[in-house]
Amino acid sequence: MGKTLVEKIWDAHVVKRQEGFPDILYIDTHLIHEVTSPQAFDGLRKRGLPVFRPNQTVATADHNVPTLNQHLPIQEELSRYQVDMLTKNCKEFGIELYGLGHPYQGIVHVIGPELGITQPGKTMVCGDSHTSTHGAFGAIAFGIGTSQVEQVFATQCLLQQKPKTMKIEVNGELAKGVGAKDIVLYIISKTTAAGGTGYFVEFAGSAIRSLSMEGRMTVCNMSIEMGARGGLIAPDQTTFDYVHGREFAPKGEDWDKALAYWQTLYSDEDAQFDAVLKFDAADIQPMITYGTNPGMGIGISEAIPATVDQPESERPSYKKALDYMGFRDNETLLGHPVDYVFIGSCTNSRIEDLRAVASFVQGKKKADNVEVWIVPGSKQVEAQAKEEGIDKIFEEAGFMLREPGCSACLGMNEDKIPAGKYCVSTSNRNFEGRQGPNARTMLASPLTAAAAAVSGKIVDVRELLLEEYDVV
Amino acid sequence: MKKFEKLTSRIVPLPIENIDTDQIIPARFLKATTREGFGDNLFRDWRYDSNGQPKTDFVMNNPTYSGKILVAGKNFGCGSSREHAAWAIQDYGFNVVISSFFADIFKGNALNNGVLPITVPDEFLEKIFDVVFADPNAELTVDLEAQTVTINATGDSFEFEINPYKKSCLINGYDDIDYILSHKEVIEAYEQQR
Repeated sequence: MGKTLVEKIWDAHVVKRQEGFPDILYIDTHLIHEVTSPQAFDGLRKRGLPVFRPNQTVATADHNVPTLNQHLPIQEELSRYQVDMLTKNCKEFGIELYGLGHPYQGIVHVIGPELGITQPGKTMVCGDSHTSTHGAFGAIAFGIGTSQVEQVFATQCLLQQKPKTMKIEVNGELAKGVGAKDIVLYIISKTTAAGGTGYFVEFAGSAIRSLSMEGRMTVCNMSIEMGARGGLIAPDQTTFDYVHGREFAPKGEDWDKALAYWQTLYSDEDAQFDAVLKFDAADIQPMITYGTNPGMGIGISEAIPATVDQPESERPSYKKALDYMGFRDNETLLGHPVDYVFIGSCTNSRIEDLRAVASFVQGKKKADNVEVWIVPGSKQVEAQAKEEGIDKIFEEAGFMLREPGCSACLGMNEDKIPAGKYCVSTSNRNFEGRQGPNARTMLASPLTAAAAAVSGKIVDVRELLLEEYDVV
Repeated sequence: MKKFEKLTSRIVPLPIENIDTDQIIPARFLKATTREGFGDNLFRDWRYDSNGQPKTDFVMNNPTYSGKILVAGKNFGCGSSREHAAWAIQDYGFNVVISSFFADIFKGNALNNGVLPITVPDEFLEKIFDVVFADPNAELTVDLEAQTVTINATGDSFEFEINPYKKSCLINGYDDIDYILSHKEVIEAYEQQR
């Protein structure tokens, strides 16, 4: 019987398989950041251990950093201490750090791919659940806890049960104005926020295949939001073209060798998945969330499902979510006023996201009632945006282009949405208080967010899209 | 890691589904660089209002309920991979979390910190809630060796699953690093043959 892509990569990284034990899985690349690493470094010190393979470890500062005035010392004391601690730890243990001020600094899941660190066939981990992003390249990539960060530091391995596999196929053509973010929000609205738990998901089908690498990253990024350990997409020419020539991509003969291996990375025809789901791209419209988990999403023109239509045991939690959001059963969100628009996060802060927003808002102005924050995923994305003049378009529209970091996705720095305010956000989580205590988050695509920014309310971007805007 | 022993305790019931790790410990409290003290901010925004005053309607502020066992609705611990959620639960004084469904990363993090996550069927979870809401002094007994959780008042018992390796880690207080490090030569040999 053939193997799934996950099985191929997994089996190639098993250092030891022993009956009754999880596999000892070799980790090719370990990405770290300031928030989930300090206790792991402390653990190493207590055990008197070095980092086993420091040259397979890459660090950046992203979760805690301010997105204004990054050239100045961090104002907030605890954040500054945590970022300083990362610098000190990386120095002590010999780890490459792309910290504040470095031209490669950025959100850990943006810089890995753009530097060519992320490659097909690799195993990659990070103390961050959105590590699944790197699966877009046909890698096994997943988030881990801090005890596991310490494990990887100490051994370059992890103890892991081989996960079950799920295939999610999306076939057909996407409508104009519908993109990768809408695909994944649609899938999660069907699977629920727990539907993928225990699985590694392979995304396949013509609609997935037609996505750019950045679109694929958006889809894989949110596989954790259906509970999946990770998501991945078989590498193809789109993948190889993206990786080729990047800073840490293989070069010369190494490239040829790597490419020959990468071309074997697909699920065999007769491979068996533990679960298979199929969706039709034509059924997907621009999506928006109305509740407090990413599974609570609807097509932009649809009504919020009624509480009575939920399973009885789940009604109290469902009602709690609607009350938190200030929404009612059967309400549609079209026309609902918006206070903030956040375009950023490891889900949607790459150059294509910024280009899509810029191409939509060019010549328009933001609505008076909305504050718009655009936070690029990395210094390189920021530089590229400036080179293309995108920063000017944003400035003219009244959007604020800030400096890279996780920012208002989780509000660890100053970028918090005030209590009770509505934010259309291109990030990945609409949990209670995620963007700030009592903030109300509606997840959507960059285009839907841009449309909300110029309209001051929730609108169907398809109705605003004129023929001249060739954006998806 | 502290060894896990048999536990009989009262229960703190939290019948809410999809409790994510941002609720367990909001991101703004993740700035500490040690593992201690997170219990103070466990369920911070459900426990305290914006002025830091306890919200009286939240179960953890209700002196009627206490204990070392937290019982919660399905899909507990979803969202962020922050191990701070497991640290906060342990630091507050919970040794066991019972739900009908756990998110993967949280489950692993809990096990790595000596907190036992027990998955029970929906019906058993409902029974626990019924019993504790009828009598807040009701107790559960968790026997890791026998892999059972028992509602003492009714005698209802459920045999839960746990990975045998993880079970022995909890009982003996071992962690994964000890195990993997004992295979260092195998790891180096693997690196050589690639």
